[in-house]
Amino acid sequence: MAGGDDLKLLGAWPSPFVTRVKLALALKGLSYEDVEEDLYKKSELLLKSNPVHKKIPVLIHNGAPVCESMIILQYIDEVFASTGPSLLPADPYERAIARFWVAYVDDKLVAPWRQWLRGKTEEEKSEGKKQAFAAVGVLEGALRECSKGGGFFGGDGVGLVDVALGGVLSWMKVTEALSGDKIFDAAKTPLLAAWVERFIELDAAKAALPDVGRLLEFAKAREAAAAASKDEFND
Amino acid sequence: MADVMLLDFWASPFGQRCRIALAEKGVAYEYSEQNLEQKSELLLRSNPVHKKIPVLLHGGRPVCESLIILTYIDEAWPEMMPLLPRDPYARAQARFWANYIDNKIVDCQTRLLTTKGEAQEQAKKDMIGALKTLDSELGDKDYFGGQAFGFVDVAFVTLTPWFYTYEKYGDFSVEEHCPRIVAWAARCRERESVAKALTDPEKVYEIVQEEYGAN
Repeated sequence: MAGGDDLKLLGAWPSPFVTRVKLALALKGLSYEDVEEDLYKKSELLLKSNPVHKKIPVLIHNGAPVCESMIILQYIDEVFASTGPSLLPADPYERAIARFWVAYVDDKLVAPWRQWLRGKTEEEKSEGKKQAFAAVGVLEGALRECSKGGGFFGGDGVGLVDVALGGVLSWMKVTEALSGDKIFDAAKTPLLAAWVERFIELDAAKAALPDVGRLLEFAKAREAAAAASKDEFND
Repeated sequence: MADVMLLDFWASPFGQRCRIALAEKGVAYEYSEQNLEQKSELLLRSNPVHKKIPVLLHGGRPVCESLIILTYIDEAWPEMMPLLPRDPYARAQARFWANYIDNKIVDCQTRLLTTKGEAQEQAKKDMIGALKTLDSELGDKDYFGGQAFGFVDVAFVTLTPWFYTYEKYGDFSVEEHCPRIVAWAARCRERESVAKALTDPEKVYEIVQEEYGAN
């Protein structure tokens, strides 16, 4: 690790966006201070570091804050380019493809999935679920194209898209437990199902992914609280 | 086929971003106006996932999503007129603000133009808040990145012809709340690439009314 680099991650352990950053830091072998925020009582540091959105994750590097998970990932990749593997390839076209699929994961999978999990009406939830499953189908094709025979979206090694999707894996397992549906079904999306098994075996994944059991308890507790009152997990 | 081709729609602020970037970089390209009601084979083949413009085709290979296209243009033609700064921290800031524009401003715009009553009032409040945030971020700088016209400027300037429409629908004055943004927009319009790309504000208003119904 480069000397004199102070890294502080403002986060919350259940957040898949925070998990993405932890994955990237682990892949790069970077040490950092892991600051757990109380999202119902945000710290002065968080509010000062992300005044626009007041959200986690925020990576503070030598006192300077970087916000938004995918922006943080690219920042880490650029600043620590000589440390650990690169998350993005060198070729501009391949970089554009990776960025396209990262945007797809966020807009077409994660957003509908959240609606499925936390929608206010059955209709909203069902629509979210439908869209999320459609996105998984498309991502199977994306993995086939991007992996070029290797086991990851990044090819032979883990790349930006792998981290973007990998960050939400514990939550996907929680959703499967809560709904009884298989999201990454080996029968329907064999490449993705295999990718999931491969990804969770990575040292970085073991270090960064939240424990599924603990997350499931968290999800159940939050659902119960939401049912009881107007609750907002404002990450 | 030309080496560089842009599949676009004349009034799209997202397509215009790409036109400005290509012009600033001095990249020759073939502009291909797309019929959005009856999408071409080329468009459907080039962007099968979203079926949307803009799409940049470079050596026949498609790049989709305007901000991704901007970044690609910057990386593929790095010698001329850099759009993103060299410093990774400054780059992260630029990406943050470009995302803010795409997420916040575009969302407020949609709600402002397509809702009525309380929902529209909220959209108006949110829009003014978002524009003021950008005004504050710009501060006394000439451009968002500082001295030079760059990534965030390209991302935002194509939405400025929509201010007139926001004002009509929301009944407020952008200049009153964000004088620096208005001055910045005028400064950007002095650039040939920008002047050529932007839709006339009255035309935007006409199109929006046709699309969404009169205010």
